[in-house]
Amino acid sequence: MPIQVKFFASLKEDLPNARQQVEASEAATVEEVWYAATQLKDIPAHIVCSVNHSHEQIHQAVKDGDEVAFFPPITGG
Amino acid sequence: MPVEVVTGAFDPAAKQQAFEATLTPGTFGATANFIGTMRTVNEGDDVVGMYLEHYPGMTETELQKIIADAAQQWRIIDALIVHRVGELEPGEPIVLTTVWSKHRKDAFEAVRYLMEALKSRAPFWKKETLANGDTRWVEKNTPGY
Repeated sequence: MPIQVKFFASLKEDLPNARQQVEASEAATVEEVWYAATQLKDIPAHIVCSVNHSHEQIHQAVKDGDEVAFFPPITGG
Repeated sequence: MPVEVVTGAFDPAAKQQAFEATLTPGTFGATANFIGTMRTVNEGDDVVGMYLEHYPGMTETELQKIIADAAQQWRIIDALIVHRVGELEPGEPIVLTTVWSKHRKDAFEAVRYLMEALKSRAPFWKKETLANGDTRWVEKNTPGY
């Protein structure tokens, strides 16, 4: 089962062509999921990452079936 | 200690009272609320509408974690978080956080913690519609302290 990739808010609008699935063979970490999904080299420093609904850092390992999300700074409340 | 993400307008007082009715009367001596409401001006511009996006699943999970963290730090009897998503109009409530405790110190401090943690950890994003018709994503929160 591939890694599911989600983008939210302004990032979703800025990256309309980003892939929503990445094979685990293409990416071992959150950072590598970003590269594979967006074809962009660096994750902007302000971008927030999560794996399976939990905040994580870009070097967090990922595996088949994980849900990885990228989003801009949170502005709720 | 429930969390609710709601798509329609809500009445914070009614939400607080409805949940409070499930608690045992006399067990709590303090109830502290925070209500966040949509303003008509942000960063000097007139704002006429707002769209609130969230991350279904993660948002609710993170709100529960925030309440659990508060319960580790203060003696709280119960807590409630209600947060709006979707389209909002000025003057409508965005968020309600309520804490019930025996004494005011725990209620005041825990409800403050819930709001500050929510604003940095729970995935919600605001998109404003300005009076001239432009839209823009809010890029950062105002400092709470």
